[in-house]
Amino acid sequence: MKAAVKRRSGSKWAGWLFVLPAAAFYVVFVIQPLAMTVQYSLYSWDGIGVATWNGVQNYLRVFTDPDLFAAILNALKLIVFFSAVPVALGLAIAATIRRIATTRLATVARTVIFLPQVIPLVAAGITWSWLLSSTGLVNQLLTAVGLEGITRAWLGDFSTALPSVGVIGAWVLLGLCTLLLLAGMSKIDPALYEAARLDGAGPLREFFSITLPSLRQEIGVCVTVTVVAALASFDIVYISTQGGPGNASMVPGLEIYYLAFSERQVGVASALAVVLTVLVIACALPIQWLTRDRSS
Amino acid sequence: MKTARREALTGRVLLLVLMAATLMPFVSLFVTALHPSGSYPLGLEWPDDPQWGNFAAAFTAARMTELLKSSVLIVLGVVPISLVVATMAGFAIGHLRIPGRRFVFVAFVLGLTLPFEGIITPLYYLVRDMGVLNTRWAIILPLIGLFMPFSVFWMRAHFVNMPEELSESARIDGAGTWQLFWKVHVPLAAPATSSLAILLFLWTWNQFLLAIVLVDDPLQRTMSGALGAFQGQWGTDIPLLCAGSLLILTPTLLVFLIFQRRFVTALLQGSLKG
Repeated sequence: MKAAVKRRSGSKWAGWLFVLPAAAFYVVFVIQPLAMTVQYSLYSWDGIGVATWNGVQNYLRVFTDPDLFAAILNALKLIVFFSAVPVALGLAIAATIRRIATTRLATVARTVIFLPQVIPLVAAGITWSWLLSSTGLVNQLLTAVGLEGITRAWLGDFSTALPSVGVIGAWVLLGLCTLLLLAGMSKIDPALYEAARLDGAGPLREFFSITLPSLRQEIGVCVTVTVVAALASFDIVYISTQGGPGNASMVPGLEIYYLAFSERQVGVASALAVVLTVLVIACALPIQWLTRDRSS
Repeated sequence: MKTARREALTGRVLLLVLMAATLMPFVSLFVTALHPSGSYPLGLEWPDDPQWGNFAAAFTAARMTELLKSSVLIVLGVVPISLVVATMAGFAIGHLRIPGRRFVFVAFVLGLTLPFEGIITPLYYLVRDMGVLNTRWAIILPLIGLFMPFSVFWMRAHFVNMPEELSESARIDGAGTWQLFWKVHVPLAAPATSSLAILLFLWTWNQFLLAIVLVDDPLQRTMSGALGAFQGQWGTDIPLLCAGSLLILTPTLLVFLIFQRRFVTALLQGSLKG
């Protein structure tokens, strides 16, 4: 009896052998570099010579250097475009097309509006750089409706560069949000809607009393995914504006890249990397926690 | 009934507008690609003399054959290893109920939202010291690690739903844990692993940051990283850039259209779980 128990618990520990390869990859290529980032962030280092201890100076610079801090603020502003716009629009669209979700048109639409999610962000960046250029489609359309007064090189203008980057992000994420929310709506019991109709509720009332509360979990997922995409944006900005003009559309991800690999300020780059990582986790965890489905 | 019909009509119109807004950028890209190389066309203007040859020119300029080969090699490095390793871990955490599984699981989950920029600097020095900087391994090895939290999370979700009796009866037949895993559980996990494979393929193929930081030669990069270099080189020749972008988009688009249903389901589930 004792031997059997022993063997059983022995085989339980043997299960660890199955986790070992995954843990090895994770520790070597994620945990270790993460610890190294924290370590680098406390030193002053040009990547080649000897690193010197710098205490919290790099962090002070991240929060006091106007250029670096502006990058963090820009990332927060991008949340409006990457997150608020796709989630709000996605909700409105999904609620409107809910009833025709099974028609052939909707099936085709499902594939089409998913395309931006499949193509590389780099390609989305190149495409939109062209659309938003001074001779691009956006200006052409604006001129066609008599708004030639506001046409400009959208990505090259100090006041419009960041919002334009935001529009690209919204275009990429809108389809994903719409489909996620639509999938969530299809799980709502239709009897709820019938009951509401009998009580004389209009579409708006229906939306706020039935649809919205039932979608708690899906909205949480959309918000998490899009907020992380906004804070950690890199590809789109790198391709469409390189952070410019000036620093108008600089984001932390790109700033880390420049600091570490062009300006050789590994310490400051790492401090910013730590701040960005903490910021992402600090935003993602509460959203997850607030919208978690308590029943499961 | 009248309201229902009006709602359906609004829905249809909205869908069409949404589809147009999604497709318009691609149409503009396509039309521009047909203009004479080096010209400065207007946003959406059908050329008098469509230059279909631009695609062939971009194919050569972007060295598409080599790019495709490079991306395929990177995908072949990342996806199979990730699948095997993550399935094993998911099996142990979700099904074998190993001691300390909670801790391991939380450790992986914490990595789910980690931004790649957060560790890109040390990764550069790490792969340099391993002697693989500027080779495809510099992209493959870190990506396996970076995708591991999601992959383990995904596979564990499959294995916690597998009934215990399944393994009990196999054990009574004398199967060891290793045989139990390969003979019973791996075949049953096919739907979960194939969806994971699709997601990993897409994320690897589209990976940009690691490609531009860790590999100098565009021909050793992922498709996405190569496109960045292509923009740098041909950025001033708009028609050629558009043609090249479309070519580089095509493989993902084809794979997407072939597996579209699986793709959409996998990505939706993927974000729900992540």
